[in-house]
Amino acid sequence: MTDIAATAPAHGHADHAHDDHDHDTPGFFVRWFMSTNHKDIGTLYLIFAIIAGIVGGGLSGLMRLELAQPGIQYLGTWAQALGGAQDLTAAKHFWNVMITAHGLIMVFFMVMPAMIGGFGNWFVPLMIGAPDMAFPRMNNVSFWLTAVAFVMLMGSLFVPGGSGNGAGTGWTVYAPLSTSGSVGPAVDMAIFSLHLAGAASILGAINFITTIFNMRAPGMTLHKMPLFVWSVLVTAFLLLLALPVLAAAITMLLTDRNFGTAFYDAAGGGDPVLYQHLFWFFGHPEVYIMILPGFGIVSQIISTFSRKPVFGYLGMAYAMVAIGVVGFIVWAHHMFTVGMSVNLKMYFTAATMVIAVPTGIKIFSWIATMWGGSLSFKTPMVWSLGFIFMFTVGGVTGVVLANGGVDTNLHDTYYVVAHFHYVLSLGAVFSLFAGFYYWFPKMSGRMYSEVLGQLHFWVFFIGVNIMFFPQHFLGQQGMPRRYPDYAEAYAYWHYVSSLGYVVMGVGMLFFFVNIIYSLFAGKKAADNPWGEGATTLEWTLSSPPPFHQFNELPRIA
Amino acid sequence: MKMALSPKAKTAGLASLLALAMVGLGFAAVPLYNLFCRVTGFGGTTQRFDPVAAAAEPTILKDTMSIRFDANVSPELPWKFYPERPTDTVSVGARDMAIFIAQNNSAQPVVGTASFNVTPIQAGKYFTKIQCFCFTQQRLEPGQQIRMPVLFFVDPKIMDDPDARDIQEITLSYTFHPVDEGKKAS
Repeated sequence: MTDIAATAPAHGHADHAHDDHDHDTPGFFVRWFMSTNHKDIGTLYLIFAIIAGIVGGGLSGLMRLELAQPGIQYLGTWAQALGGAQDLTAAKHFWNVMITAHGLIMVFFMVMPAMIGGFGNWFVPLMIGAPDMAFPRMNNVSFWLTAVAFVMLMGSLFVPGGSGNGAGTGWTVYAPLSTSGSVGPAVDMAIFSLHLAGAASILGAINFITTIFNMRAPGMTLHKMPLFVWSVLVTAFLLLLALPVLAAAITMLLTDRNFGTAFYDAAGGGDPVLYQHLFWFFGHPEVYIMILPGFGIVSQIISTFSRKPVFGYLGMAYAMVAIGVVGFIVWAHHMFTVGMSVNLKMYFTAATMVIAVPTGIKIFSWIATMWGGSLSFKTPMVWSLGFIFMFTVGGVTGVVLANGGVDTNLHDTYYVVAHFHYVLSLGAVFSLFAGFYYWFPKMSGRMYSEVLGQLHFWVFFIGVNIMFFPQHFLGQQGMPRRYPDYAEAYAYWHYVSSLGYVVMGVGMLFFFVNIIYSLFAGKKAADNPWGEGATTLEWTLSSPPPFHQFNELPRIA
Repeated sequence: MKMALSPKAKTAGLASLLALAMVGLGFAAVPLYNLFCRVTGFGGTTQRFDPVAAAAEPTILKDTMSIRFDANVSPELPWKFYPERPTDTVSVGARDMAIFIAQNNSAQPVVGTASFNVTPIQAGKYFTKIQCFCFTQQRLEPGQQIRMPVLFFVDPKIMDDPDARDIQEITLSYTFHPVDEGKKAS
């Protein structure tokens, strides 16, 4: 292995003392397309996640439009616009394609790249006092693999996938719908896209683990690391243990589809339920992969804007470790209805509820951090408070759903949809916005507009609650998920839910206006715009930080 | 020659090994899951009994159990398939034989194989087959009809299992599938 110090003289950069001057910055193409700089790659990931978020969020807008009233109004037109046939089957297939694309894009191309690729890349090295990631070139490979995976998934929309164009399997890609039920290359492309995105994340995880274990500044012991770094470390381990299992499971899907194997085909001695087990062995840790970095971000912000160190630091760190560990032994609560014995349901119910304990530790520690603190309700702080509220609501419905018996009734209803949107779409996304506003001055060197930030929060907060809270009612009344049409009885709350989307969409306008305004006309940001509460190392650097930082490693007392 | 690894390379190497091990575990799940189902009777998987190797025959109890036989054929298989008698009543622990009849209605010889399980699924652990047509593939010439025996008993331990307390009837179900030469699990 070559390390950077050994190869640098060969490049003629004998004088490294000049590194933090801008004249070392490469040209546009080399800087952004061949980047090995953790901050630039982090920026690329954030831009990528925003683009993917617009696509995935736009899809949900189309879905809410179709769901605003009973009957099928628009699906046929949209399916034809994408080259589909002019019949109801093609229209319904397009619905399946939309829910599949929305799920996969939001999970693999919005939340994960933003949390881990974006904020992880930007701030893990800064917070531990490292000059860059351990393997900068591998970091670049991770990003471009993710980008290619996204293109691959988008491409699948235009090729046949069974009863119409595109992969209509749901983000879970369950067999036999994904094997014998979807003829054509679309599902193969979607699976291959998951392979690429998975490989990118595994490489990223190895990079983070190596960076955090080997490149901490002198004095930065594991037990002094900021909680965001802890959260990324735990997440990296979850990625490393969960994604290979998904890779194996979907590889077997591919061979079942193309090479005549029968891993998931009962006719050949296989079992489709095996796919569900493998998928959820990945899928459950995956939801913690999406939320843990959010926990880390919120911990930093609550502490900063309370001007207090976080309450119960060690408890917070090890609560995340505990969530990660227990997250691997609860997967079958996603499949209570496949015909499990009572004892098995009892185990998975109990194990799932155990997760509420470390999660509760985190919620209460955040509240205790604020208790007696000198609070200021800047935009990042209100997003973090919103996160705590939404995540708690989603957590409570999660405890309801954890009961094997109750789940028999609520399985695959809108109650589940409401639950996971409260923890992810609202929990994870609120923490992303919190992190974005918190670090925007550091990343760009300019302050965002506080007024627009607050407006963004309040309109978005009201919108998503109008959108998702009524979905609890729909679910309890029996509205199943993944359907484009419904009985008249569900019309009222579906309409309200669609109105909520409009409110949320208006909220998002403030976000985009804020970014554009701040980048071009925002006030110059100080090195530490948040005052004495912001104690982590990134605030000791200039805003934006120099292209190469920490040529002399900081010492942590 | 032994190369000294840098600490970074060591960490990255260990992490990669961990990822590779999990890929292996993902594929190993196929035989492991199979084994798990056979051992625990998960999902109504029936048990096998080898009278030559077994130490003792099960004791026959006074309790009886009603057995229903269910026969299905995959739409891709041009066969007729049905049990000779749809129900039977057996003493728990006693051997019983059921006959299933299959007939090839097509003009070609066809090879089929049967998948099977029992409901209620808790009974899988106790429903024990000594001999079954489902253990092998069946080849039927055009128009040929065969009678296929299943030799089984219900393990007396079922009477001691609290989860199986309310079971008075067990349904044994078969589904015949065509054997696609390329298709084989693991």
